[in-house]
Amino acid sequence: MDAGMSASPLIEARGLSKRFATPARLSDIFGVKRPDVFAVNKVNLSIEAGESVGLLGESGCGKTTTGRLLLKLIDPSEGDVLFDGAPISDLAGDALIAFRQRAQLVFQNPFDALNPRFTIERALAEPLVNTGVDSATHRDRVEKALAQVKLPPLARFEGLFPHQLSGGQLQRIVLARALVLEPAFIVADEPVSMLDVSVRAGVLNVMREVRSSLGLAALYISHDLALVRYVCSRTLVMYLGRIVEEGPTAELLKAPLHPYTRALIQAVPVPRVDQQRAPLPIMGNVSDARGRPKGCGFRERCPLALARCAEEEPQLRPIGAERRVACHIV
Amino acid sequence: MANPAVLGRTAARSRSVFREGAARILRDPFSVAGLSIYLVLILIAIFADQLMTHDPTQILFRPNGRVANNQPPGGAFLLGTTNLGRDIYSQLVAGSRNALMVGLAAAISVAAIGTLIGLLSGYFGGKIDAFLMRLSDVALAIPFLPFVIVLSGFFRANTWNVVIAVALLLWPNTARVIRAQVLTVKERAYVEAARVTGASDMRILFTHVAPNILPLTFLYGSVAIGWAILTEAAVSFVGFGDPSRMSWGYMLQDAFVSQALSRGSWNWFLPPGICIILVVVAGFFLARGAEEVLFPKLRS
Repeated sequence: MDAGMSASPLIEARGLSKRFATPARLSDIFGVKRPDVFAVNKVNLSIEAGESVGLLGESGCGKTTTGRLLLKLIDPSEGDVLFDGAPISDLAGDALIAFRQRAQLVFQNPFDALNPRFTIERALAEPLVNTGVDSATHRDRVEKALAQVKLPPLARFEGLFPHQLSGGQLQRIVLARALVLEPAFIVADEPVSMLDVSVRAGVLNVMREVRSSLGLAALYISHDLALVRYVCSRTLVMYLGRIVEEGPTAELLKAPLHPYTRALIQAVPVPRVDQQRAPLPIMGNVSDARGRPKGCGFRERCPLALARCAEEEPQLRPIGAERRVACHIV
Repeated sequence: MANPAVLGRTAARSRSVFREGAARILRDPFSVAGLSIYLVLILIAIFADQLMTHDPTQILFRPNGRVANNQPPGGAFLLGTTNLGRDIYSQLVAGSRNALMVGLAAAISVAAIGTLIGLLSGYFGGKIDAFLMRLSDVALAIPFLPFVIVLSGFFRANTWNVVIAVALLLWPNTARVIRAQVLTVKERAYVEAARVTGASDMRILFTHVAPNILPLTFLYGSVAIGWAILTEAAVSFVGFGDPSRMSWGYMLQDAFVSQALSRGSWNWFLPPGICIILVVVAGFFLARGAEEVLFPKLRS
C-alpha cells in the first residue's frame, strides 16, 4: 500500500478484481474460448473514517461494480475488501448483518429503489426489521433519519406510497433509509443523476451536511465532475476497470496528470452556444474490456502513447505527497 | 375527481389498505360482475339441497302414471325434463357443487404449485432453475385429455382425477410466467436495497418479490378455475366422468347422446353450457379488477 495512507483505513480494497464470463454461445462448441470481461481490474483503494471520496469515470468503466464489491453485493474474482481491518469476503449470518448495518448504499434511481408496494413508513423501517433492531425503537430511529435528511416527520407520510412523492423527496427517503441503520460508510452511486437539475443541489447539500455532521465516510460514484468537486475531498479516476489517477479533488481537477483525466476535464461542456472548442485530445472509443490487455488500457486513445505503453502496464505511483498516477509519461 | 395527491392522502389515512382495496374492486363494473357470479355460484352450491325441486337422478312420472320425459319448461319442472324424465333444473343446481369444488381445488393447487416453482426457479436460477424448467417441459409435453383418461383408468372414474390432472399439467404455464416476472423484479433496485439492508433470501423472496408477482398468481388461478371446469365437462362429455356425481359436463353428454340437439331441446343443453361460460368468464373479470388493487401504480 501507499505509504501516504493512514495505518488503519475504514475500508480498503486490495487487488480487487471482478471478471464476468461472457454468456455461452453456439460457437462455443467449436472450442473458441471467449475471454472474460474485466469489469474491475486489480483496484487498490482506501477510505478513512469520515472521509469523502469520489470515484470518477465514464459509463462502463467499472465504478458501479467497484461500489457493489465494497458492499459485498457481489463477490470479487480476486483480491479482498477489508472493513475495519477485517476481510468481508467470508462474512455470513450475524457478522454479515453487522457489516450491513455499518455500510450502506444510496441508489441512483429513487423511483426504482423503493418497493412500490411498501408505504414510506414501512420502507424506512424495513432495514431495522431486517437487521433485527428492537421494534420499540423503530419509530424514533425513523423520525431521526427523516430529520437528518430535512424531511417532515413521519406523520406527513402516513399511508403514502413512493409513487405519490417527487423525485427529490424520494431520494431523501432513500438516503434516510440508509441512515436509519446509523452506518459508518455510504456508497452513493450517481445519487442525483436521475433528479431534475433544480433539486440536485438540495439533495447534495443534505448529503454533504449529513455526512459531515455524522462523520460518515462516503464513496461518491459519478461521471459528473461538478458533483465530485462539490462533495469530495479526494477523487479517484477510473478507466477500463483500473484506477488511473488519485489525489485531492481540487488539485486533481486543476492540474490533472493522467492524459485521460485531462481529456475528461476538457470534455465538460461550457454554457456558451458560440464557443470555439479545440477537439478532444483523445481518439476513438473505449477499448474492449474483454481479456486482460497487455500494457496500458488507455494507450489506444492516448495522444502521448509510447512503445513502452504497449508492453508494460503502468502501476499507480506517488507524485508528491498526496497524488498518485498510473502513467509512464507523467 | 379532486386532486389525486390530496385525495390519496386523506383517503389512505382514514381507511385501511384492505378496505380501500375492497372499495376499488367494488368500483370496477367487471369485478362486480365476476364477484356476483361467484357469489351466486357459492350460494347455490351451499343451498343446493333446499333449491332442488326433485332428486336430479330420479325418473319422474306424470299424475297419469306415465314417465314425464321431454317435458317443456314450466309448471312442476322449471327447465323441463330429460328424455328419461329427470328434472333439468335440479340437475343444474346439483352440478354447481361439482363445478365449485373442482374449480376451486384446481385453482388453488395450480396457483400454489406454479407460484412456488416460478419464484424458486426465477430467484435462485442456475441448477435449480434448469431442473424445474426441464420438469415443466415434461409436464407441458403431456397431452391433457388422454392423461385424465389414463388417470381414470388407474383410480376409477373420479372427479378428483380432473383436479389432479389440472394441478399436474397446468402449473408450468403459471410457473413460467411467474419465473419471467421474477427475473425482472429481482433486478429492480429495491431488491438490491433489501439485500444491502440485511434482508435474507427468504425475506427478499417472500416480502419483496412475491407480492409484486401476486396479480399473476390470481390471474392464473382464475384461469385454472375455468380450465378445470372445462376439463371436467370435457371428461364427463367423453364418458370418463364420475357417474355418481351430477355435473354440467355430464348433463351436456347426456343431452348429446340423447340427440337433444336435433330435437331442439334447448332447455336441456343450453343451461349447463351457459353456466360453464359464466363461471369461466367470472374468473377473468375478477382478475382484471384485482390487478389494480395489487399494483398501486395503476391507480389513476
